[in-house]
Amino acid sequence: MAFLELHDLGKTYGDHVAVENFTLSIDKGEFVCLLGPSGCGKSTTLQMVAGFVSPTAGRIVLDGQDITNVQPNRRGLGVVFQSYALFPHMTVADNVAFGLQMRKVPKAECQAKVEEALALVQLSALARRYPKELSGGQRQRVALARAIVVKPPVLLLDEPMGALDALLRDEMQIELRELQKRIGITTIMVTHDQAEAMTLANRVVLMSNGRVQQIGAPFEMYEQPQGRFVSTFLGRANVFSGIGTSDGVTVSGRNLPSVAPGLEGAVDYIVRPEKLTFTNQDPLVGGTVKARVFLGHRWLYQVDTAIGMVELTEANLDLPSACEGDHVGLTWSADHVRVTAQGKAK
Amino acid sequence: MSHTPLILRLFHWLFMVFMLAPLVVVVLVSFTDKGYIAFPFDGASLRWYSAIWNATGFIDSFWLSLGLGIVSATAAVMFAVPAAMAIAWHRFAGREAVLGLLMSPLMIPAIVFGIALLRLFTHLGLSGSLWGLGAAHTVMVLPFVMRLVIAAATGYDHTLSQAATSLGASGWTVFRRIELPHLVPGIAGGWLIAFITSFDEVTMSLFVSSPGTTTLPVRMYNYIANTIDPLLASISSLLILVTLVLMIILDRAFGLDRILGGKA
Amino acid sequence: MKGQAALPYWLAGPGVLLALAFVAIPLVLTFGLSFSPFSDQTGIGEGFTLSNYGQIVSDDYFHEIFLRTIGLAAAVTVVSLLIGVPEAYVLSRLKPTMRAISLVIVLGPLLISVIVRTLGWTILLGNDGVINNALMAIGIISQPLRLMYSFTGMVIGLVHVLVPFMVLSVWTSLQKLDPATEQAAASLGAGSSTILWRIVLPQVLPGMLSGGLIVFAMSASAFATPAIIGGRRLKIVPTAIYDEFLSYLNWPLGAALAFILLVFVLAVSLGANRYIERRFRQVFQ
Ligand SMILES: Nc1ncnc2c1ncn2[C@@H]1O[C@H](COP(=O)(O)OP(=O)(O)O)[C@@H](O)[C@H]1O
Ligand SMILES: [Mg+2]
Repeated sequence: MAFLELHDLGKTYGDHVAVENFTLSIDKGEFVCLLGPSGCGKSTTLQMVAGFVSPTAGRIVLDGQDITNVQPNRRGLGVVFQSYALFPHMTVADNVAFGLQMRKVPKAECQAKVEEALALVQLSALARRYPKELSGGQRQRVALARAIVVKPPVLLLDEPMGALDALLRDEMQIELRELQKRIGITTIMVTHDQAEAMTLANRVVLMSNGRVQQIGAPFEMYEQPQGRFVSTFLGRANVFSGIGTSDGVTVSGRNLPSVAPGLEGAVDYIVRPEKLTFTNQDPLVGGTVKARVFLGHRWLYQVDTAIGMVELTEANLDLPSACEGDHVGLTWSADHVRVTAQGKAK
Repeated sequence: MSHTPLILRLFHWLFMVFMLAPLVVVVLVSFTDKGYIAFPFDGASLRWYSAIWNATGFIDSFWLSLGLGIVSATAAVMFAVPAAMAIAWHRFAGREAVLGLLMSPLMIPAIVFGIALLRLFTHLGLSGSLWGLGAAHTVMVLPFVMRLVIAAATGYDHTLSQAATSLGASGWTVFRRIELPHLVPGIAGGWLIAFITSFDEVTMSLFVSSPGTTTLPVRMYNYIANTIDPLLASISSLLILVTLVLMIILDRAFGLDRILGGKA
Repeated sequence: MKGQAALPYWLAGPGVLLALAFVAIPLVLTFGLSFSPFSDQTGIGEGFTLSNYGQIVSDDYFHEIFLRTIGLAAAVTVVSLLIGVPEAYVLSRLKPTMRAISLVIVLGPLLISVIVRTLGWTILLGNDGVINNALMAIGIISQPLRLMYSFTGMVIGLVHVLVPFMVLSVWTSLQKLDPATEQAAASLGAGSSTILWRIVLPQVLPGMLSGGLIVFAMSASAFATPAIIGGRRLKIVPTAIYDEFLSYLNWPLGAALAFILLVFVLAVSLGANRYIERRFRQVFQ
């Protein structure tokens, strides 16, 4: 049995559905990211687990115990807020000690645990400071230490990197990942940044409009997106509307390669830009390069073809293969193509 | 300042003189050795300060006003803090009406307030009692505390309460250890301004005090109505001194312009 | 936000009960009182009558009191505007330390008892007072001016009591003013008086209006200062109410006067507030 189970969780505000039919099982020690665009219900879901929002449907089971109606201060979960919510009138050490005090941990033991937690996030030197006197990254580490010092069964993080600048974010992501592995804490993190989710998570839960779109490991989800939304939200993708027949898929009257035919009717034909190559022999489609963009590690081409605008990226190894205005042929392997029924994932 | 025209600077100094003049003459007159209102330039003494101790009632009235100020400011804080939390942190039916009711003593002329309370207290048999006086002052200063506590509560980040709750704190503990410390500056400022308002209040108190419960401003008003002698000046000078100390505390801690924004 | 729907009512409940008991109920009782007849024996007679209001409406004695009250409030407001607005402007241009000191001098008197401040003015304004002595010493006048027990004296005393509110109000809107607008005007070629008149003044207009409102409403309801400086003869509505209640013991008439004053003051403050809000909402968010 899973460690934390969310059964068919739902929340409606009046007639506005914030979250619907959210079902997820999380194993002990797993790191799960809730990913999705702003307003899709990630925070609401997290807040239901934390107990600050009471679900209008469904159950939450932690370690075999139904905690759906347990008060948030009795759930014992660790929460890290986007604003960090450090108590401004307490020192770093007092912030971290707060949860232990609530649990009536004896003073000496409390102090030892605080020191241990601060050492874990490399903040031992700043224990006497006030939150105002810390940088963004330091604040985040205090928030983290405060949440984990009580050894919560589950750690919940709501966009913890949101307030950091890009460089610091990369650094903190790696640090968070290390820490999570070291103490083996079951973690749910909310983010709208797909790169962050893929960096950190064992499993990603992709949401849209209050519903789960797909759950899976980052690589699996990237390679096998179930539908247009998943494929475009997670990385770049060429998505074409086509007709599935028993023989294959037709896009704009052209037969395009795919494995495992069988879907019939309106389908999305999905292939990622890095899977495409330029070719002179038997191109699947041909077209004119409309734009070429330098991305640093890659070149991105936009090619106008009979099936629509197609994106292709190639590694920045030698000189780029084509210029704007060139006529080019494109090809790709059927193995790299995903075909999904249209309209399923809306 | 360098570009401020001379005429405006001159005006500014005249304005300062205008604001200070009545206070300065009061202090000067208090040091006279004459038996009537006169300046101490041709004879100074402290006789009018020692006269305070012999004048009947002023000392008693001072203690009464001091106690009344402390009690009513404290009571107003007790009533205002939860109400201000409700107003600032919750959206509920009737919120505007509640706010309007609690702030209404600011809008009602003190003389109207005074006669209305006199009417009520004669009904209840409370007229001239300490209870009546205390209740009247508490309601009167309630808006001042409300305003500063609401201002303090408005900037509060509620995820702080959620963070404390997630760490296992009960509702009461969250209030005591997280929310209340955030409100303390507003409460302290509100208490002080409420105390000063109560201590200075005269018009309404004229109607709800009795010979046995005469506040200091009421006694001074009644005294002025009959005679004006340097005794009043020496009492007033002491009051100016005390107020000056409180004022400096208030200004250092909160800024006078911010705290007095709510006095009207 | 907190969950329980009943919580705010529990929090606000005690305050609401207090205010109902000591504000709402007394006002309702007084309103009722203003419709009671006056009786020589008991003060308050039985029955319902409009005669208190009728007496106020028909009696020239009360007309004069009301006119004087409105005149006093208007004069105090105008003088406060004339001296308070420039003072707020100067304050905003002072160096920080001077400004802090000046602010304490301007606002500090608000914390000092009205009685103390008015006592100062009686010393200054008397026939043998500082002002008259000084003017006669310089030789500007040969006879002392009648300042105590005069309308002018009441205006001076009340301006001193209330002008800090005007300064405060204008000062607050001056602080919201973006100094870049003045620089922008200067860069477009406006002189300093044009900047004052066309850029600064329009932006502090809301502050002037709300300050004027506060001063007007508070002068119309002021009691102690006009009572001490104006004395028995220069009666205004608040002093008339006091006399009806505590000298003539005609409570019903006093209650009727009080109600007219209350409605007048509330109408001025609420009505004008609403107007200011509507007029300036588009400009200042
Ligand atoms: N207290 C609330 N009342 C009404 N609607 C809300 C409330 N909280 C969130 N919502 C709505 O629920 C939806 C999901 O919000 P949220 O979970 O915060 O999204 P996310 O965290 O994914 O950006 C949004 O459309 C939001 O407007
Ligand atoms: Mg969110």
